[in-house]
Amino acid sequence: MSSVEKRIGFALLVAVIYLGNAASCIAEPLDHSHSTRPPARSLSRDRLEWPALSDVKRTLLLRDYNTRIVAIGTTMLGAAAGIVGVFMLLRKRSLIGDVVSHSTWPGIAIAFLVMERIKTDGGKWLPGLLVGALLAGVAGILCTKLILRYTRIKEDAALAIVLSVFFGAGMSLFKAVQYIPSGSQAGLNHFILGKTASMVSADVWIIGEASLAILIVIGLLFKEFSLLSFDDKFASSQGWPVFRLDLSLMLLVAGVTVIGLQSVGLLLVVAMLITPAAAARFWSDRLGRTTAIAACLGGSGAFCGVLLSAMFPRLAAGPVIVLTGALFFIISLFLGVRRGVIVRIVTHRRLKTAVGRQHILRALFEYLEPHCDPAAPMSSQLVNHIVSANELLPMRSWTLKRLRHLLRTAEKSNFIAVVREGGYRMTNRGAELAHRVVRNHRLWELYLIEHADIAPSHVDRDADDIEHLLAADIVESLERLLSERYPHMTVPPSPHAIDSAPGSTIRQSTS
Amino acid sequence: MIRSVLAQQSRSKIENEHPASSPLSIHDMTVAYHRKPVIWDIDYTAPLGKLVAIVGPNGAGKSTLINAVLDLVPKASGEVRVFGEEYRKQRDRVGYVPQRESVDWDFPVNALNVVAMGLYRKIGWCFPVMRRHRQTAMEALDRVGMADYAKRQISQLSGGQQQRVFLARALVQDADLYLMDEPFAGVDASTERAIVEILRELRERGRTTLVVHHDLQTVTEYFDHVMLLNMRLVATGPTSEVFTRENLRKTYGGKLALLDQVGHKMTLGESGG
Repeated sequence: MSSVEKRIGFALLVAVIYLGNAASCIAEPLDHSHSTRPPARSLSRDRLEWPALSDVKRTLLLRDYNTRIVAIGTTMLGAAAGIVGVFMLLRKRSLIGDVVSHSTWPGIAIAFLVMERIKTDGGKWLPGLLVGALLAGVAGILCTKLILRYTRIKEDAALAIVLSVFFGAGMSLFKAVQYIPSGSQAGLNHFILGKTASMVSADVWIIGEASLAILIVIGLLFKEFSLLSFDDKFASSQGWPVFRLDLSLMLLVAGVTVIGLQSVGLLLVVAMLITPAAAARFWSDRLGRTTAIAACLGGSGAFCGVLLSAMFPRLAAGPVIVLTGALFFIISLFLGVRRGVIVRIVTHRRLKTAVGRQHILRALFEYLEPHCDPAAPMSSQLVNHIVSANELLPMRSWTLKRLRHLLRTAEKSNFIAVVREGGYRMTNRGAELAHRVVRNHRLWELYLIEHADIAPSHVDRDADDIEHLLAADIVESLERLLSERYPHMTVPPSPHAIDSAPGSTIRQSTS
Repeated sequence: MIRSVLAQQSRSKIENEHPASSPLSIHDMTVAYHRKPVIWDIDYTAPLGKLVAIVGPNGAGKSTLINAVLDLVPKASGEVRVFGEEYRKQRDRVGYVPQRESVDWDFPVNALNVVAMGLYRKIGWCFPVMRRHRQTAMEALDRVGMADYAKRQISQLSGGQQQRVFLARALVQDADLYLMDEPFAGVDASTERAIVEILRELRERGRTTLVVHHDLQTVTEYFDHVMLLNMRLVATGPTSEVFTRENLRKTYGGKLALLDQVGHKMTLGESGG
């Protein structure tokens, strides 16, 4: 399993988890049968209603001040997260985002308690809470690094330990917060799943400034981060401070996480980091472009998510943003022009068709070769003969069904023509291609014998595997070799006996 | 002709700047992973302007030796001098070719940009890669015969081609001492020839190259000097003196089948020339 596939699998897993997560968030208020939930809400709020057309229009045109604010804020957040995510993904640190986000939880609770101590009712001051979150997130990273450096515990275990311990500590502290009268109303629980709608313009400023800072840092250290992600050993041997670079990358992750806490919440913010980056990978093989695409996908995913949740007020924005991101990922997975599934299938099928066509033409050529006069031009002689499928059958190890299919496709693309029932003749176009194909094949055989020391009797099969992929420069050098050796011939003679001599069609009856 | 003059010039330049100082000297070096020593008490002085093979069985600590010299793993004891000074002061003069498997070749980058990474130190913090840097990288790619593949994404290259890209990344640095970790592992015949040619060219220009090498059959053909290593230094010196059956037996222990094969090859080589 290649690492791309692993990555795709991981990202899909993430998407599925969030689908489940989001579904449960949406379903939560509807679930009245749950005994612990007080049935105090009004029934009319529990229905997911389709918005009126005017509402849709209002939302799409961003007429609402509130929607506008939230849309701008989360779009910037999405773009910043996408950019940072690319490097996390390439550094194979996708899970560190989870560690950071879960580690922020005790930081928030502690920050609240401390601020409450200093001034009654002062615990809700947002910048204070975010600083607490950032410090705790960094502490989480440092703990992971320390465990990795001083023990023999593997990375996945270290991540799991830190993540769960910090989150557990956060949960215990959260209980303590709720005993304080102002604590139970402080809305700290919004940090877990996010509450995008409560975003105000001051928050958007914070997100905007933070995103800009992240963008500048990535812009300045683009070269360094790419070297770090590609080959940290080489970077280290060159004297780059790998540990510190790694730490600054993690700080950027912590930064994105903290500004994303409010909108998507600490459980889901990692999706904003990873999903756009993983999706962007399907569109480009270049780092700069991948980063730009990740920013676009992250930003537009967040934007669409916010608009959707504005149209359906019952849907929490955070999960919807994650879902739109997952949708973009799935679209990229199939349609991505570089590594998308469809591109792969199409290239594979094209190759298969080309190989099949070459096989049939070469069989025809080699079947007819002994009948032709080598002194006269080959292609004009080739088109004069009529061959039947049964005659071609012993030329290769193929079934009659496969052979008929190949003949049909070759006929469709006008390489051969049907002369009478079951009788085929090469067209001029076909003869030309056959000439070229056989020539390449023989050249390749020559090469294998010349350079790879393969016995002439084995060479046909080996040549079959690779002749379709011969690069132009190899063909060129082989042609030189050919012209030295057989100056008068355009197609060299086969270095081995061709399996089925013409007229030996009887052989098929034995198989 | 011109090349040999240049080689002499650069050689004399090195000797003037560092009289009597070896490109690499290791004193009493021990490296341990988690309390278990991997290499013990290595004392070694590399000869100037030679091709040196580091040879030993799996787990002998060949890669560890290189990593310790480059400060990539901490040393339990001992010290390393590169041209008479500490490694971190001489980084510019040391080129490193890591094992090909040590990186993810699926990374979204093309061959040219990988080679340009060898120049990042010269370019410095925060400055982008300029056209002239790309040009230098392109020249290095050309030297290893990969100029046509400059724009290929690296996962589309064959193993041998990837190895050549790594070599080119070290070459752009124009270092005086090269450390290469198994550059011949899993490469095709034409890449092997290309690498050997580059190694000889480096020697001609007075550069010192240490190569971790696995194929015992080609040691005598490719290398002037050899370092036989199996956790401790078994033997070191000119290949013709040191690469003997006896020393190989000490290095490899009881793997006699292998030794006989090599011994056969060696006697053939000796009788041939």
